[in-house]
Amino acid sequence: MSIIFFLAIAAIIVAGGFLIAFIWATKDGQYDDTYTPSVRMLFDNPVKSPESKIKKDE
Amino acid sequence: MNMIAEIDEKLVCYHCGDECPDESIAVEDKHFCCHGCQTVFEILQDNNLCAYYDLNDNAGVSLKAKNFEGKYSYLDEGDIVAQLLDYQSEELSKVTFYVPAVHCSSCVWLLENFNKIKKGVITSRLNFIKKELSLSYNPANVSLKEIVELLATLGYEPLLNLESTDKPQQKNTTQRSLILKIGVVGFCMGNIMMMSFPEYFHLDLKNSIDANYQKFFLYFNFILSLPVFFYGAYDYLTGAWISIKENFKKTTDVFSVDIPIAVAIITLYGRSVYETFVNNSAGYYDSLAGLVFFLLVGKWMQQITYNYLSFERNYKSYFPLAVKVIRENIESYMNVMELKKGDTIFIHHQELIPADAIISKGKGMIDYSFVTGESDPVSKNVGDVLYAGGRQKGERLELIVQKPVSQSYLTQLWNNEAFTKEKVMPTTELANLFSKYFTVITFTIATVAGIYWVFFEPSLFWNSITAVLMVACPCALTLSMPFTMSTTMAIFGRNKFYVKNQGVIQLLNEVNEIAFDKTGTLTESNSDGQRPARVSFVGSELSEFEQKLVKTLTMQSAHPLSKMIANSLNIKGGKALPIDYFQEFQGEGIEASIAGNLLRLGKSGFVRSAINKEVKHTHSFLEINGLLIGYFVIETVYRKNWQTMLTNLSKNFKLFILSGDNDADKEKLAPYFNENAVYFKQKPQDKLNFINQEQQKGNHILMIGDGLNDAGALRQSNVGIAISEDIKVFSPACDAILDASRFGQLADFLKFSKTSLNIVKASFALSLVYNFIGIGWAVTGKLSPVLAAIFMPLSSISVVLFAVGLTHLFARFRKL
Repeated sequence: MSIIFFLAIAAIIVAGGFLIAFIWATKDGQYDDTYTPSVRMLFDNPVKSPESKIKKDE
Repeated sequence: MNMIAEIDEKLVCYHCGDECPDESIAVEDKHFCCHGCQTVFEILQDNNLCAYYDLNDNAGVSLKAKNFEGKYSYLDEGDIVAQLLDYQSEELSKVTFYVPAVHCSSCVWLLENFNKIKKGVITSRLNFIKKELSLSYNPANVSLKEIVELLATLGYEPLLNLESTDKPQQKNTTQRSLILKIGVVGFCMGNIMMMSFPEYFHLDLKNSIDANYQKFFLYFNFILSLPVFFYGAYDYLTGAWISIKENFKKTTDVFSVDIPIAVAIITLYGRSVYETFVNNSAGYYDSLAGLVFFLLVGKWMQQITYNYLSFERNYKSYFPLAVKVIRENIESYMNVMELKKGDTIFIHHQELIPADAIISKGKGMIDYSFVTGESDPVSKNVGDVLYAGGRQKGERLELIVQKPVSQSYLTQLWNNEAFTKEKVMPTTELANLFSKYFTVITFTIATVAGIYWVFFEPSLFWNSITAVLMVACPCALTLSMPFTMSTTMAIFGRNKFYVKNQGVIQLLNEVNEIAFDKTGTLTESNSDGQRPARVSFVGSELSEFEQKLVKTLTMQSAHPLSKMIANSLNIKGGKALPIDYFQEFQGEGIEASIAGNLLRLGKSGFVRSAINKEVKHTHSFLEINGLLIGYFVIETVYRKNWQTMLTNLSKNFKLFILSGDNDADKEKLAPYFNENAVYFKQKPQDKLNFINQEQQKGNHILMIGDGLNDAGALRQSNVGIAISEDIKVFSPACDAILDASRFGQLADFLKFSKTSLNIVKASFALSLVYNFIGIGWAVTGKLSPVLAAIFMPLSSISVVLFAVGLTHLFARFRKL
């Protein structure tokens, strides 16, 4: 039964990790703009700059 | 069938989706409506960015009639650039622009790839909701002016005005700290509930297995409850403490709703700690965490607002950022705030006069409609005084500044005390009103129960008192308000009526008088701030030839009246008539000889044959070959449904008109307003004073206006509503913004705000029912932790569901 101590503490530590991630994200400003990222993720590949395109053509 | 064929044949601009006049502008198989759109397409093609068009069809912004030549010359001036930048060093500069044209995902894509188009731009990030573009660039490679010009060319012209130099304040911090608290308390709540499982399932750990297990869970809960009490509930505890102190000092007799909440929180916590360490039995930590969590969520709901709308604008967001100045014979661009008496400034067509000044060169045709509400442009000559805020239409003006911007006739309005003090928002007033009785009654019940048990079963004394205080928490009470109000806000927003915050809805309830501005509020205006007018002709009807003559005549003149008349005459085809002679008499009229006919159009003194009849509206007499034909009347156009709306409103409210215009429309307005409730030729200060007078009489007055001249009245009034054709463009500081297309629904909005307050009251009643049930259990002293943990959140959630559901139901019922 004493495994319950270990399990409970492990569960809290895992959850605590997520809590820290949440605090980090908030302080980083992830919740300041909740709309634009939803649009941003729909764009496909990063655009190649014109220079690299020219190089390719050569 | 024909119809469909016709639609298919229409040429649509590949860039902006407007109809193309002809096929002349094209790249490969793609057609464009103007060269501006073609340029954008070519820029994008050169940079391999044509995916812009794949994301949305015709995503572009129309560039017709846009000319940026020289508009941003002031960005060459290092001082002005420095005022705009957020950060500046030799290799890196950061700047944030407000870009009103942002409207779709293509915009996000293009603007975030801006660094691919312009060399020297390092990063580019867009906040779609706020329409804010944050750029960082290397000032050695690219100048701010080049960036702004390219943005403008692409159709994403940043809005630059005097306000742009005010650095945005950090208002994210309060919201962030609230989100953090919700997260932390939510974490604690979940884990406390997990640790309470043995308790929920009545596993009698203490006796059946091992007391150590039970202690482990108890202490774990205690540790988890520490952040809930000391961090999550901090604001409520301090809020209550401040309110108590103020009550003792007699500075206020309002009992903040924080007090009963804090009492419940402290009792819950104190009792739990006691149970844990003295009795070694389960506490009420789960109830405590749930309570604080719900309260914080309610608080978060309360501060939700439309952050893409600005309710705080003053004259600064209307004024230009910089102007060309000659000071001590040195020509330069200068921030308009730095203007001094004696400076010479230049104002071009469509530019705004930033300071009170005297004309030294050029002829002025100044449109003051936004400032004074007067609908007609005023002509001014050399030596005349111009007041700040007018817009020049016509040739370039040279002006000598008389007063600095902050002391001009217009901006002085902002020195009024109405602007220095914050409006009191009664967000929690209703709950506060309630809380005094609530607290007193709760304590009375607790004492009575306590006294009863002292005599009959002394061991239950403390149990019953604390249970009453815990269960009688006005949690549901405080939640119903923010949830109902934010639902109402969302419903209003869906109907294009945007209120600043929840307090405004409560203020709308108390309104018993409504003051309207006339120009731009009751009458129409378009998004450029120009007022469309109806031109009608009084006199013998004009023949087609005569119409053509007048059109040819008026086309020659740049005067706004001539333009309006020219636009109103709709004649198609035919050969242009030859003009033998044309002359414009400034401020008098125009004269021309067209196809052998002598035409004169203008004032009654100028058109000699004109009868001296008094025409109140703007008018212009027409004479052909010495014969008076009649006169053109230019009337402002009233909004659709304005009459029905006023009739509806006049049933419940006292209505007033505060207009800066002349009294031409007096008769038109007479049926809807009392004779002594219509005020014309009101200066901005007069409007403010009128509102103040009404308030002194104890009335709650709502002001609806659109221009800077209403700014003072909007601010002074109990609720100031700004009406706007385009909510994204300028509207003066106000409590709510109403889209002009929904003007007729004003009465519905006022009515619905009453309904939602009634819903709040109904949910108050419901939460009281819950409290009675809870107290019923509590007085017997048998409120078990499990029962509390189920009952308390359940009552809160059901009250919230009740309030939100009812609000939606009523909205559907009222077709809002």
